[in-house]
Amino acid sequence: MRRLVVVGNGMAGVACVEHILKHNPEFQITIFGDETHVNYNRILLSLVLAGEKSADEIVLNDVEWYRSNNIRARLGAKISHIDRATRTVVDETGEATPYDKLILATGSSAFIPPIPGVDKENVHVFRTLDDTHALLAKARKGLKTVVIGGGLLGLEAARGLQVRGCEVTVIHLMDSLMERQLDATGGEYLKRRIESLGIRVMLPRQTAALFGNGHVDGLRFASGEEVDAELVVIAAGIKPNATLARSAGLEVNRGIVVNDFMETSDPDIFAVGECTEHRGQTFGLVAPLYDQARVLAATITENRGPVFSAAAPAAKLKIMGIDIFSAGSIDETEAGVEVLKYEDPALGAYKKLLLKSNRLHGMILVGDIEDEYTYMDWLRSGTDLSSMRRQLLFPPAAGDRGLEVADMPDSETICGCNGVRKGEIIHAIHEYGITTMRQLKDRTRASASCGTCAGLCEKLLRAVVPDFEVETKTTLCACVPFSYERLREIVRTQKLKSVEEVLAVYGNRKGCEVCKPALSYMLDMLWCGGHEEDRSARFINDRVHANIQKDGTFSVVPRMRGGITSPDELRRIADVADKYKVPMVKVTGSQRLDLLGVKKADLPNVWRDLGMPSGQAYSKGVRMVKTCVGTEFCRFGVQDSTNTGIELERRLENLFTPHKFKMGVVGCPRNCAEATVKDLGFVGQDGSWQVVVGGAAGKSVRKADLLVTVETTAQALEAGELFFQYYRENGNYLERSYDFVERLGIEKIRKETVYASDEEQKKLLDRLHRSKEYAQDAWLERDRPSNPTQFVQIEPMEMKPEVTEGQLV
Amino acid sequence: MTTERGWTKITRTENIPPREGRPVRIGDLEIAIFNLNGRFLTVENACPHKGGPLCDGIVTGHAVVCPLHGRHFDLESGMPIRASDPACLAVFPTRVEDGIILVDLGAGARFGEEAAA
Repeated sequence: MRRLVVVGNGMAGVACVEHILKHNPEFQITIFGDETHVNYNRILLSLVLAGEKSADEIVLNDVEWYRSNNIRARLGAKISHIDRATRTVVDETGEATPYDKLILATGSSAFIPPIPGVDKENVHVFRTLDDTHALLAKARKGLKTVVIGGGLLGLEAARGLQVRGCEVTVIHLMDSLMERQLDATGGEYLKRRIESLGIRVMLPRQTAALFGNGHVDGLRFASGEEVDAELVVIAAGIKPNATLARSAGLEVNRGIVVNDFMETSDPDIFAVGECTEHRGQTFGLVAPLYDQARVLAATITENRGPVFSAAAPAAKLKIMGIDIFSAGSIDETEAGVEVLKYEDPALGAYKKLLLKSNRLHGMILVGDIEDEYTYMDWLRSGTDLSSMRRQLLFPPAAGDRGLEVADMPDSETICGCNGVRKGEIIHAIHEYGITTMRQLKDRTRASASCGTCAGLCEKLLRAVVPDFEVETKTTLCACVPFSYERLREIVRTQKLKSVEEVLAVYGNRKGCEVCKPALSYMLDMLWCGGHEEDRSARFINDRVHANIQKDGTFSVVPRMRGGITSPDELRRIADVADKYKVPMVKVTGSQRLDLLGVKKADLPNVWRDLGMPSGQAYSKGVRMVKTCVGTEFCRFGVQDSTNTGIELERRLENLFTPHKFKMGVVGCPRNCAEATVKDLGFVGQDGSWQVVVGGAAGKSVRKADLLVTVETTAQALEAGELFFQYYRENGNYLERSYDFVERLGIEKIRKETVYASDEEQKKLLDRLHRSKEYAQDAWLERDRPSNPTQFVQIEPMEMKPEVTEGQLV
Repeated sequence: MTTERGWTKITRTENIPPREGRPVRIGDLEIAIFNLNGRFLTVENACPHKGGPLCDGIVTGHAVVCPLHGRHFDLESGMPIRASDPACLAVFPTRVEDGIILVDLGAGARFGEEAAA
């Protein structure tokens, strides 16, 4: 068997091996990687930095993949030279490995400009998983951070660190950000957007030196101006790793020179990826590298024929809250190029299309990238756009254009990031019985990276699978067509404080009964109660703090913490029921009393006479804590469930939640107050509490998951608070905790609440406590109504009693 | 047509907050007056479905959503928004003079009935 050695365990090298395996080669394969990690998706490192994905989630090939394909992986091994005469590679320890064929996939390194002081401590690059971990170890709230480089990678690093609480400044040598992908106007829109997210941008600035005693203290620019910096990230570009090839005597310019078949100047040595130079061009984006991998796999398995040609790549910024897309040629000075532009400064949207011979030649999209897929399709297919000239800036939705995915050849690449072709997707759909986008992503990785091709993948699924299942929609509603996650980001970064504002800027200006209460919740939660409350956007229950009944009257449930009451309270409740002729008094399932059939105009007086706070029984908010008697009276009780329940209720009462939130605390595992079917429950054990979450005993019945077991009541209360606030912040409106727990998975929830760093926990609790400070008993509006006629029945100024309904028309 | 039909002073505009409705009872008749950001519209205050108090509904554009079962009605015409629900609301001509809302109580009409009257 012939020996194939691959130097480099990155995306291009491993992609090439994957293609080679498909050719059923007679190779014994060894892969050397100088990083100690298995192959991961480098493109997504910015998401790891920002905390949106974990390191495990960006793994492309796990250990099992290497094992099952009989690939010898030598990770953490750096090859120091190639001996072409004996056809061996030698690692740093002097160990030689013979090869028959050698692939160099050595990638690239961060380019570090020759500036005095770049060797100081706390000066980092952002290129690998280890770099990412190093940055995460340093990042903290208020850390003065400077990112040198306003390109794709620099901006992603800046946002990631800012999300981690750092005070970030981006320094760029050029007049405009991302100047390789955007024009000056696009760069200006991007700059404004970045600044609105709270990142300082300084351009053009040439860094002259980094100063500091041992560790960096700041930067000095060529102009003499200085900025402070406790952390510096250099993202000034990349350079191909070609030293190994150069010292072996291969032809090398900036990168390892390869021909159209990915062959180097040595017939047994090939190269692929960012280390290569093809027809004078080097590479930094992944899509062309996957093409290289495919071509090389053919060449090396004696199927030489396919040739590599570098098309203008597409670039997309993967930053939450910033939409940038650029593809094709953006050079408007090119002969025969026509330019179409659209901009809306208020929306921060800028579109520029470059046409050549009535075909799309390139594009820049900032702030509004909804049509990126349509445009990419036009760009790739070279569609003649003569008949669509009037609609180019606002093209009809892809689905309406009758774009025939069936007409595409099987060899067409669908997912540029992961190099997945149409034929492979169809094969996978049939072989694994795929019916959803999620399954498709898991199996083929199509659309798993940047997501640009998700629309195309979905079309393909629809076409091939008769029982295609549309995934649960996450868009709030047609009035504000964004996902909850996206909306939270928009509201936070755009500092929107009222429902009307959100609807005016990001919606249809009308809103409806679905989005208005959802936005009301979101604003209250995000601003910890410091938003502009708009009662017209709340459901009637939250306008008058009572639950509307079928006849338009209301029900009144006073708070009775832990289900504990007193003779005095009971007497007042009875007196109120008599005085206001309450038609029904009912014991609820939540260990409280319900007064049903109260008129709206009587509500303030009823509340005043009760002298008890609102039980929020009408609201998507904290309902109650149900308790058993626990150690106070019960002979089996091992924990003080009543007092713990009362304390838990006090800590969370008056707050809003995505859906109603019910709790239970029981003093022993007999579970008499059914804590294991509550949104949050404490189950007392001898010497500990189990904190359980996501239980239900309503429309759905679900046993709660164990969040954590703790020793003290104080710890249990804190764990409960952490989960409660985490659900408030990450739950979608009207998503009960049991759906929320299933959607995210208890492991993730644990990791981000009870197992989170002290700092993360403190942040969650701080936000909860801030909200709690704002929140008050809603029934106090009996004395301070939110408007003069909140409860008052309007009497007409003139009476015309003769007019009756019978006289209509 | 009785002599009593005609414009009736109801209340000051500030008593109806923006994008909310308020009920007013005159004899046996209950109307709901809505403030669409300064423009006032009046309909009968009972959903034709199950009699829900429309005054308590959320306003969406020029429509109101019944708080009981979510039926939508256009406040200008009284027409239901969804074709599957054929019943209409009576609408009443409404105007504002010197900060006071006046409603023509006698001229309440359901869509399509005006011509027949």
